[in-house]
Amino acid sequence: MDLTFVIEKFALVTILFAISLVIAMYSTYAERKVAAFLQDRLGPDRAGIFGLLQPLADGVKMFMKEEIVPTNANKWLFMIGPGLAMLCACIGTAVIPWGQDIVIGGRTIALQVTDINVGVLYLFGVVSLGVYGVMIGGWASNNKYSLLSAIRAASQNISYEIAMGLSIIALLLVTNTMSLKEIVAQQHGWHWNVFYQPLGFIIFLICAFAETNRAPFDLPECETELIGGYHTEYSSMKLGFYLFAEYINMFVSSAVMATLYFGGYNYPGMDWVAIHIGGNLAPIIGTLVLFVKIFAFIFFFMWVRWTIPRFRYDQLMGLGWRGLIPFAIANIIITGLVIAIKNF
Amino acid sequence: MESLSKKKKVLIPEPLSLAERLYLPTIVKGLATTISHFFKKSATIRYPEVEREFSTNWRGMHSLKRDEEGKERCTACGLCALSCPAEAITMLAAERKPEEKHLYREEKYASVYEINMLRCIFCGLCEEACPKEAIYLDGPIVPSDYLRKDFIYGKDKLVEAPLTVK
Repeated sequence: MDLTFVIEKFALVTILFAISLVIAMYSTYAERKVAAFLQDRLGPDRAGIFGLLQPLADGVKMFMKEEIVPTNANKWLFMIGPGLAMLCACIGTAVIPWGQDIVIGGRTIALQVTDINVGVLYLFGVVSLGVYGVMIGGWASNNKYSLLSAIRAASQNISYEIAMGLSIIALLLVTNTMSLKEIVAQQHGWHWNVFYQPLGFIIFLICAFAETNRAPFDLPECETELIGGYHTEYSSMKLGFYLFAEYINMFVSSAVMATLYFGGYNYPGMDWVAIHIGGNLAPIIGTLVLFVKIFAFIFFFMWVRWTIPRFRYDQLMGLGWRGLIPFAIANIIITGLVIAIKNF
Repeated sequence: MESLSKKKKVLIPEPLSLAERLYLPTIVKGLATTISHFFKKSATIRYPEVEREFSTNWRGMHSLKRDEEGKERCTACGLCALSCPAEAITMLAAERKPEEKHLYREEKYASVYEINMLRCIFCGLCEEACPKEAIYLDGPIVPSDYLRKDFIYGKDKLVEAPLTVK
């Protein structure tokens, strides 16, 4: 392992980290703007032009707030909670292929931190770990509402992870690989997986909403029942971390959906661009296309939030266990049968 | 039991259709409704820059009026303070000196006239009580401030601007 390799990966990780944070920052702004537009309002427009400095103002506010640790809270876990939530949200970006290889000074650089051959499993593991931040924070607060919320978060994530995993299995039957880089490469030229796995995509989408604790599955933090849910006792930047982690999760799951089902950096007319423009510009256009897809998904997340009211807890469980899991299993069987008949 | 009025109507909800039970078509319908609002004009009025149109009988900040010759109308009779249900008005009366004849309409005038805008409920009873037509609630919205003491408005803020010399 030479030094340039280390520098290259370090730079890529830093850039990805910065991009995730900036996108999370501006997602808070976008959420408020989208909410406002969907409700015939204007949204924040005082800080800077169109309120573009609003996230900075919010950040300053968060840092300036008094930091309160409840007397009877478990101090260590109380501090670890938001950090863990943030960590698990951030490391998901490592396996996503952000673009085709670019060449700088005769050196091929992959726009992917690491192409592990079990990329899909890694993502799954990271997403499952994400709930620990919520659980630890909720338990350490020593507050009944926080604890209830933590329990809800845990059971909700476990239930929806099953359906999500089953929908992924059907996808893996089609792709024959777990490496995200290869999955994206296979989707070149309109062979997007969403056309082969429409039902799987819908199940995955619904589960992604549940895994990121977004409306209509935001039961862990529903303020009408649980005050603030797991972050009731949190203040200052610890609260900020939890809110941030949610938006980073949203960004990562949007990226995953774009990668797995919507062709990642692939776009129509890609070959023409590669031939006529070529060089490093073509992969960069691909990366921008991927980001357009991601932003479209983030917008969809927000759009749904301001459309559908929150599910009741038993409805949530009913949908997960009696709705999505049977559909996902049926999807696997049908996919398997079709593939078996094709290869017969 | 038998309904005596014969108006009782028993409603039996129809079972949900398959599309309704699948839930997705109705969600798509809802999404269409919300996105249609995305392109509608917003109802917000950007307040400090833009003010909404007030109705003609709208009651805002008080102003102490002057007569046709630019003299203050108020004679410090205290009826406004007496009529005020919120005890927001207070004043001190003084006697007009001969050289002040062009300033005040009658021999007695209010040397100090204060309205506490935090107490005022903008009911308009002072306006109705005034026998001299000296006080009207025809001003703009009372602006916000940081300190309680700054909400006690004296004559400097309440009296109408003097008539401009032609």
